[in-house]
Amino acid sequence: MSNTNQSFIKSAKFRSVFSNTLIYVILGVMAVIWLLPIAWLLISSFRGEPGAFTVGYIIPKEYTIANYTRLFTDTDLFNFPRWYLNTFVVAIASCAVASLFVLMTSYALSRLRFRMRRPIMNTVLVLGMFPGFMSMIAVYHILKAIGLTQSLVALVLVYSGGAGLGYYIQKGFFDTIPRSLDEAAKIDGASQNTIFWKIILPLSKPIITYTVLMAFMAPWVDFIFVSVIMKDNYANYTIALGLFQMISRENVSKYFTQFCAGAVLIAVPITLLFIKMQKYYVEGVTGGAVKG
Amino acid sequence: MGKYSDPRIIKESRREKMKKQMHLFGVHFKEGLSQIGCAVTKGNFKTRLSFLIMGFGNLFNGQIIKGLIYMFIEAAFIFFMVDFASGYLKDIGTLGTLAQGQVFDEEMGIYVNVTGQNSMLVLLFSVMSIFVIIAFVILYFSNIKSAYKVQVTKENGKKPNKFKQDVMELVNDKFHVTLLTLPMIGALIFTVLPLVFMILIAFTNFDKSHQPPGNLFTWVGLKNLKDIFYQDPVKSHTFTSLLGWTIVWAVVATVSNYILGMVLALMINKKGIKLKKLWRTIFVITIAVPQFVTLMLMSRMLSDLGPLNVVLQQLNLIDSPIPFLTNANWARISVLVVNVWVGIPYTMLITTGILMNIPEDMYEAAKIDGAGPFMAFAKITLPYMIFVTTPYLITQFIGNINNFNVIYLLTGGGPFSLDYYQAGKTDLLVTWLYKLTVTQQDYSLASSIGIIVFIISAVISLITFNLSASTRKEDQFQ
Repeated sequence: MSNTNQSFIKSAKFRSVFSNTLIYVILGVMAVIWLLPIAWLLISSFRGEPGAFTVGYIIPKEYTIANYTRLFTDTDLFNFPRWYLNTFVVAIASCAVASLFVLMTSYALSRLRFRMRRPIMNTVLVLGMFPGFMSMIAVYHILKAIGLTQSLVALVLVYSGGAGLGYYIQKGFFDTIPRSLDEAAKIDGASQNTIFWKIILPLSKPIITYTVLMAFMAPWVDFIFVSVIMKDNYANYTIALGLFQMISRENVSKYFTQFCAGAVLIAVPITLLFIKMQKYYVEGVTGGAVKG
Repeated sequence: MGKYSDPRIIKESRREKMKKQMHLFGVHFKEGLSQIGCAVTKGNFKTRLSFLIMGFGNLFNGQIIKGLIYMFIEAAFIFFMVDFASGYLKDIGTLGTLAQGQVFDEEMGIYVNVTGQNSMLVLLFSVMSIFVIIAFVILYFSNIKSAYKVQVTKENGKKPNKFKQDVMELVNDKFHVTLLTLPMIGALIFTVLPLVFMILIAFTNFDKSHQPPGNLFTWVGLKNLKDIFYQDPVKSHTFTSLLGWTIVWAVVATVSNYILGMVLALMINKKGIKLKKLWRTIFVITIAVPQFVTLMLMSRMLSDLGPLNVVLQQLNLIDSPIPFLTNANWARISVLVVNVWVGIPYTMLITTGILMNIPEDMYEAAKIDGAGPFMAFAKITLPYMIFVTTPYLITQFIGNINNFNVIYLLTGGGPFSLDYYQAGKTDLLVTWLYKLTVTQQDYSLASSIGIIVFIISAVISLITFNLSASTRKEDQFQ
C-alpha cells in the first residue's frame, strides 16, 4: 500500500496536479488582492453612510445611488457635469491635433530619408530624459505671455503641442510596412503625399486606433498640468482635477462617496477602451524591445 | 540575430557608424560653406545683393513669389528685432535692474509708481528672441544658396523653378518638411523653449524672495548646484538622502516588478491552467482604472483609520493601527509594495508574448538534467528575458527614477522631515522638484535638480546600452 502511494507521489501526473493546484491558489489570492481596491471603490460609490470611512466596519450598512445623482444635481461647489463636458471637449480637440502630429512625425522619421533625420531623432531622445515637470512652470508663463492661461484652449495646446516627440511606438509600426509598396506606388506616379494618405494610412488602422485612443485618454487622467494651468478657475477644471479636489483634506469627509461615484464614471469607459486596446499596447511596447 | 554574435564586431560596427555619421555631418557642413563661398566669389551682383536684401536674386531671376517671401521675412525680422527683441535682449546680462515699486520724484516731491522690469519676462522673451534669430539665420543662408542656385540654373540656360513647382516639391521630395514643420514648431514652443528657459533658471536666484515684478532675480552662476552638492548643509543633506532613496527605489521597484510580473505571466501561461483569458483580464483591469483613482484609494485604505487597519484590528492581529504611511520605514515599504500592485500587470502583459517565444526544448533539456522550476527560471527564463528586454528594462528604470504618481498620490512624499529642505522621507528627486516649484516657488533650486536628474538618466542609459550591446551572448539562445 505504502509502496504504491509513494510511486503515486513521485509520478509526473501527481506533480503536475499538485503544482497546478498551487498555482490556482496563488492566482486566486493575487486576484483578490488586485481586485480589492476596485471592489472597495465600487462599494463606496454606493455607500449610504457619509464620511471618508465607516468607523469600525468595512461593508456598508445601507446602499444608495444618491452619490451618483448628487454628482449631477448638487453642482454649486463641484460642477461635475461641466467638468465632464470640459474634459470631453479638450479630449476631442487635443486628440485630433496630437494624433495628427504623432502620425506625421513618426511617418516622416520612419519612411522618409533626409539629412536631418538622425539629428532630430537624437535630439528627441535627449529631450525625453529631462523630467517632464521641469518645464511646467515655464509653459505656464508662456501661456500667460500670450494671454491664454486658465482657458481650455491652453489645455489643448499643452496636451498636443509637444505630442510629436512621442513617436516611438508609431514609428515601430510604420517600420514594419514593406518598402516595396511605396516603390510600386511611385512607379505609378503617386506623390509622397498620396502615398502617405492613400496607401500607408489606410494600412495602419490598428496604430491609428491606438494613437487616437491614447491621445483621447490623456486629458481624463492628468491632474498635474491642469492644476498648474487652471489654478483656481473651477469652471474650467477637468474631471481628474475636480475629483482630486473632492478628496482634498477639507472636502474628503463630505465628498468621499461622491468621489468614488465620479471615479467609477470615468473608470468604466477607460477600462473598456483599454481592454479592447491591450493588444496594440503590447505590440507597441514590445515591438521596440524585441528588435533591441 | 546571428549577425552580431561576436561582441567585438558590434563595438566595431557602432564605432564605424558613429564615424560615418560624423563624416557625413562634416561633408554636409563643408558643402554648405562652399556653396556660400561660391556665392561670394562667383555670384553676380544679384546674388551678392541677396546678402543684403534677402530674396533679391530670386526676385530678379524670375522667382517673384519666392523672392517676395524672403523679402517679407527679412522685413518682419527687422521689425521684430527693433520693436520687440532688442528691448529684452539688452537686459539679458543683468535680467533687469529696475524693480516695480515706488521711486521718489525729487521735482514733484512725492513717491511715484514705476512699472519696472520683469526678470522672468526678460529671460523668457530673450530666449524666444534667440530662437527666432537662429531660425532667421537658417533662412538667411537658405536665401543665399537659393539665389546662387537660380543664377547657376540661368547660366546653364535652363528655366528656374516656378513657385508652383516649388510647392509641388513639398508633397514629393521635400514631403518631410511638410510633415515635420507643424509638429516641430509645437515641440519647440511647448517643450524645447520651456526646457531651455528652465535650464537657464538653474543659474539664477529665482526663488520665493526674488519674485518679479516686485523683486528682480539675476544670474548667480553655479551657486545653486554648489548649494546642492556641498555649500548649504541642509540642502546638500536633503539632496544626498533623496538621491540615495531614489536609487534604492528605482532599483527595487524595477527589479521587483520585472521578476514578479514575469512569474505571474509564467503562472498564467503554464500548460494546464484554465481560464487564461479571465486571469489576464483581472489584472489588466487594474491597469485600466486611472492611476490617480486607485492610488488615492490605496492611500485611504492604508491610513490609520482605513479598512486595512480596521480588518487587522478586528482579527486581533494588532493592538494599535500600523502607521503604513506615517512612519518613515513603513512608508517606504508601503510605497514599494503598492508599486508592485501597480506595476506587475504591466510586466505580465508585456512579457507574456516574449515568454512564449522561449524554445520549449530548452526547458525539456533542463528537466532531463534534473533542474527544478527555480533553476529553470534562473538559468533559462531570466537570462533570455533580460537579453531580449534590455531596452524595456532601461526605460522602466528611468521611468521609476521619474515615478511621480505612486509617491505623490500615496504619501505626498511624507512623512515630512525637519532634517530635510522642504521634503519628506519618501520623496524622490522628482517629487521634491515638484514641491519646490509648485508650493515653494523655489524655481532655481528645482531647475538645478531637474538638470541633475537629467544627467543621471542620460549616464545610466548610455552605460547600460553600451554594456548590453557588448555583453550580449546571443549564441546561448539559438
